[in-house]
Amino acid sequence: MQLKEDRLRSLLIRGLVGDPSAYHLFLGELSAHLRSFLRRRMSRLPEETEDLVQELLLAIHNQRHTYDLEQPLTAWVQAIARYKLIDLLRHRSRTDGLHDPLDDDDELFAVADTEPAEARYDLAKLLKQLPDRQRLPILYVKIEGGSVADAAKRTGMSESAVKVGIHRGLKALAVKIRSIA
Amino acid sequence: MKTEDLVSLLATGVEPIDVRRTARRYVLALIGGMLGALAITVGILHLNRALSQEVFEPMFWVREAYCATLGSLGLVAVTRLARPGIRLGVVPAGIGAVLIAMWTFAALILVMAPARDRAHLLLGATAAVCPFLITLVAAPLFVAFVWILRGLAPTQLRSAGAALGFAAGSFGALAYSLHCPELTAPFIGVWYLLGMLIPTAIGALFGPRLMRW
Repeated sequence: MQLKEDRLRSLLIRGLVGDPSAYHLFLGELSAHLRSFLRRRMSRLPEETEDLVQELLLAIHNQRHTYDLEQPLTAWVQAIARYKLIDLLRHRSRTDGLHDPLDDDDELFAVADTEPAEARYDLAKLLKQLPDRQRLPILYVKIEGGSVADAAKRTGMSESAVKVGIHRGLKALAVKIRSIA
Repeated sequence: MKTEDLVSLLATGVEPIDVRRTARRYVLALIGGMLGALAITVGILHLNRALSQEVFEPMFWVREAYCATLGSLGLVAVTRLARPGIRLGVVPAGIGAVLIAMWTFAALILVMAPARDRAHLLLGATAAVCPFLITLVAAPLFVAFVWILRGLAPTQLRSAGAALGFAAGSFGALAYSLHCPELTAPFIGVWYLLGMLIPTAIGALFGPRLMRW
């Protein structure tokens, strides 16, 4: 488990300095742990597990600047997961969906569930609700995989406006997913 | 949507994190909020006329240090509560120690004073308005600290709201002290603290609504 923590932590740290392949591995492996963590805590809401896995991935991505490099990764991820799970349950007043108490523990990285899974919402539809200055940068850079410079040229926006658009757009998507979840 | 697709989307073209951005926002919020607090103090309340003499009294600096220390401890609490999974540690104990020191000092002053002076040492001339004026002066700081926390990831929203309210109240009291004519330890130990606690309560009350993410 310590090995897992160290591996995920070093992948995240490489991601934080802008290494997309390390970051891809980090998010992919993390999602399996989150799925397993949530399945055991949301046994009465099985159809919603994957929605929350994705909401968590988006939250972790949007808040990655709040990770303190000195801090155990488990503590950071677990605090976000608990916050989102409690938020979900509280806002639907369905606390009975909570199977296990949300204790602090460090088994998050001990178990994984890699079964490919799908959430119920449609990203393409949500993306259409965003204003162009957020939608187009996400489309050109994050979905089509183009460079920021290229997206700036295609949209007529500045490069920093493209980056801001991506950042704000992903935050806006997280809000939209939360409101339908 | 497949989770694998979301992972690819998030990882594609991921930008490096600017590690100094958060620190810059703290500095900006503190300067902006403090300028707002000083503007209210100078523009609406006016500076204390005796200020130029009072700066030579030790008690003036005790009062400033009290407000600045509590504000700094409150801000440390904010920085910790702004990040998931970071504990408060010794910050609450530090705040407690500052308060106990001030109350001990205040008790000594009251005990040593002649009985007829005690009410005035405690109430001064402005006890009835002091906590509310501190709350007013703290408002720009409160807004600035909410702005910082909305860009971070507090997971205990009531505690984070209380911490930002306490920091705003304490730095607000620091600004307000340039207007305030009171220089006794009992007054500062009670009415200044009350002025800090009103924004603390407002923060705890509205924290979950203001900072949910």
